[in-house]
Amino acid sequence: MTFFDGDSSLISNLPAIVVTLPLFASLIAGFLGWKNRKAPYPIAAVALFLTFISSVVLMIQVMSTGVAIEYRMAGWAAPVGIVYVIDHLSALVILLITSIAFVNFIANKSNIDTVFRNKAGAFNSLYLLFTAGLLGMTATGDAFNLYVLMEIASLSGYALIGLGSNRAPLSTLNYLFLGTIGATFYLLGVGYIYIATGSLNMADIASIMPKILDSSMILFAFIICMVGLLIKMAIFPLHGWLPNAYSESANVAAGLIAPLTTKVTIYIMIRICLTLFTPQYTFDYLNTSDLMVWLAIGTIIFGSLSALAQKDYKRMLTYIIIAEVGYMVGGFFLGNRIGVSGAILHIVNDAAMTLALFMAAGIFMWKTGEESQESLKGMFAKMPFTMAGFTVAALSVVGVPPTCGFFSKWYLISGGIAAGQYFFVAALIFSSLVNAILFFRIFEIAHFEPFKDHHHHSSNHSNKGEEASAHDTHEQTIKEAPLGMLIPFMAVSILLVVLGLYSGQIVNNIINFAIPSSIL
Amino acid sequence: MKILGTITILLCGGLLIFFTSDFPDFGDPKSPASIHLSPYFIEHTLEDTAVPNIVTSVLADYRSYDTMFETTVILTAGLACFLLLRIPTKEVTRRYYLHEPTGVTLRFDGDRYPKGSNVFKRIDSNWVPYDIIINFTCRLLIHFIQIFALYVVAHGHYSPGGGFQGGVVIGASIILFAISSNLRASIKRLGEKAAAIFTATGVFIYAGTGALCMVIGEHFLNYSFLAPLLGTDRIMARSHGIFIVEIGVAVAVMAVMIWIYYNLSSAGKQDEGL
Amino acid sequence: MDIVSLIAAKANYWTYVILLMVGLYAMVAKNNLVKKIVGMVIFQTAVILFYVSIGYKKGGTLPIIMHGHDHGHGVDSFIKAADYINPLPHVLMLTAIVVGVATLGVALALAIKVYQEYGTLEEDEIRKQIELKG
Repeated sequence: MTFFDGDSSLISNLPAIVVTLPLFASLIAGFLGWKNRKAPYPIAAVALFLTFISSVVLMIQVMSTGVAIEYRMAGWAAPVGIVYVIDHLSALVILLITSIAFVNFIANKSNIDTVFRNKAGAFNSLYLLFTAGLLGMTATGDAFNLYVLMEIASLSGYALIGLGSNRAPLSTLNYLFLGTIGATFYLLGVGYIYIATGSLNMADIASIMPKILDSSMILFAFIICMVGLLIKMAIFPLHGWLPNAYSESANVAAGLIAPLTTKVTIYIMIRICLTLFTPQYTFDYLNTSDLMVWLAIGTIIFGSLSALAQKDYKRMLTYIIIAEVGYMVGGFFLGNRIGVSGAILHIVNDAAMTLALFMAAGIFMWKTGEESQESLKGMFAKMPFTMAGFTVAALSVVGVPPTCGFFSKWYLISGGIAAGQYFFVAALIFSSLVNAILFFRIFEIAHFEPFKDHHHHSSNHSNKGEEASAHDTHEQTIKEAPLGMLIPFMAVSILLVVLGLYSGQIVNNIINFAIPSSIL
Repeated sequence: MKILGTITILLCGGLLIFFTSDFPDFGDPKSPASIHLSPYFIEHTLEDTAVPNIVTSVLADYRSYDTMFETTVILTAGLACFLLLRIPTKEVTRRYYLHEPTGVTLRFDGDRYPKGSNVFKRIDSNWVPYDIIINFTCRLLIHFIQIFALYVVAHGHYSPGGGFQGGVVIGASIILFAISSNLRASIKRLGEKAAAIFTATGVFIYAGTGALCMVIGEHFLNYSFLAPLLGTDRIMARSHGIFIVEIGVAVAVMAVMIWIYYNLSSAGKQDEGL
Repeated sequence: MDIVSLIAAKANYWTYVILLMVGLYAMVAKNNLVKKIVGMVIFQTAVILFYVSIGYKKGGTLPIIMHGHDHGHGVDSFIKAADYINPLPHVLMLTAIVVGVATLGVALALAIKVYQEYGTLEEDEIRKQIELKG
């Protein structure tokens, strides 16, 4: 522990380091990418690992002291300057972001090499910038700074998604239009807050809030911030951009962006509602609960039903993501302690589950070269370890104990019952059933159908990966994914169970402190 | 779609206009925005940073962290355009050459170009002759534009201006050169690699200054800890620190404007374009 | 309040709403991708007008301290906040302008990619091509 005690300035600067480390690494990776195609990857990997370590240290620091860390950028105190505030909630989300970015980066080395061959430097830079943007969004205590960082994350996200299949640029352009509308609405909301309070610092605004509860400007700021964020998190009528953008992107990009973007946006929504507008305004004065929970119910039902209609594995996952957004938004707006805990716990769990499912998608793509569910025939025999991990992830999405998905769903359902929102409970159960159907359909294909059919089925496609898969099916032997892909995937699958077993501790020791005491 | 769009927009617009009735009047000196936070900046900028231009001091000191990410945003955009569009110039095989003694234009497919020839001149596929007036005027103007840009960067402390504005003007001057002659002439003087490295350098100057403050002092971007290095007192150190990061912003903005222009105007080929 | 002073007090905010809606309409209803991008830029610019309007103060001048060139020694007592317009929205909008430019660049890059893929920028034609390909 000499590291912690000896260099206290390093520790006290951690909130800045955790965001600027990926930024510096992206500059260096971009620099070296011009000289040497191989250089950026290890630099980015080391930087992501160090960021992960610093986020762990931050988490330990917050948990051991029990108070939020405030870091003054440029040395200016709260309302004048920009401050970073690391409390239990943001430390948890920071840890989530760094770990997912790191694991996904390690697992997809071969995908990066094949898709972004000549542009490794630019790709690695953008990957790190995306991570830095999300980390900054999570850590910041300033409403406008949040917008700038949101745009960094979005712009790098557009670039990463845009380089996928042939259709990717069009769906990314649509994503860009909606993402820009969402971000600009948020900026407009910040403007309305500024005109009513004269401040940009979240804590400062919250201290002014009780005096201006009935201001129509604040009401409009709340509405337009929420609309902006709901567009960005793809809630039901505003979800149009998500399925195409995620399913047509390269695996490494989807594996980073799909688990993180929507979850971090939901975190931002929770942060804005609790820290900026205060729970008193969000829940008691405006009484938004009913409306938002109904929106969430619509999202859950729509997402689940659409997922049922998909033939393509990755597209199915994107609709599951939309349904899960409904879980978290609904859980948060139940407005009671159990529901909010469930929503926050589900942010963590769902990010891990989505990562596992997209990593599985990456492995399947590597194996078969195509994305349809039909291509998974006989997978249990061919890739037993991968399929074991996939089973854990699928059971977690369905919500089977002891995987983590069960526990967060349990909290959400208990919260729903406590709040008397029985339709929300029904929607959750319905969605779990649909997920069960979805994944057992895949299990059936992958387990029971004989895999000699596979060659026949895929022969009418003519891409390069298909030839490789045809080769594999002839041999009929166990051929697992390379260890570089398999080990991270297995680690995430085990993590899903570990998260489930320790969810009580996570709620008691972290999430309990993250929710203001006024929420009962 | 159009009717639905119109209805939505009319509704939204009506709502927005309705909500403006509660706004403080335009230019009201007693509005919350004018009395809560901003008086601090106006009254303390000189004693805190010794910079009379309040926009500069807020931009590069009080809210310098925002500005660092503003620089990062354009770096992101430059990288994004590169990643999305760039295709290696080697893969572009069709080229046009002008045989100067006769004025005959030849098209070459494959890579059998007359390299190093005195009589053949490379031209764009949409080449238009007789652009001598535009070319000459722009060549005359560009120097003055660039000197003005340097003035804008350097004088950001005392007059409207600063790194971003100056950087944009320098970038525009080089884009003007590329438009008035051609893309290749511009790339020959400031290549893509140089533009990319300048961009990263600009952001690095900014973020590096911040990290330096953090290493020798206690806060990221707290320039007052640079005082011993710069040999001044803590207030003037802030003023100098602002100038250093403004240079970083100028370099980054200048380079990224050019980089994005190269990629957009040639659709990533960087072989010929506007 | 009579009508003239009402207009004077709110005209900027109404203009921003109109611009915002023009931009939003172009993004929702236009068929051509570049027109949508133009709409996006108008949309972002409207917000810039809104912020800058917040910053204006009657009787205020540019936010540059007058006679402030002697590095702040002995001029503090002369500075009154009411004499200068609010600098903060201007700072925020400098950042927002840069963000807008960056978004525009990426959007145009994507539009070029779409054009390379489909040979057109009209959305209905692109949709037809996608349907034909199945």
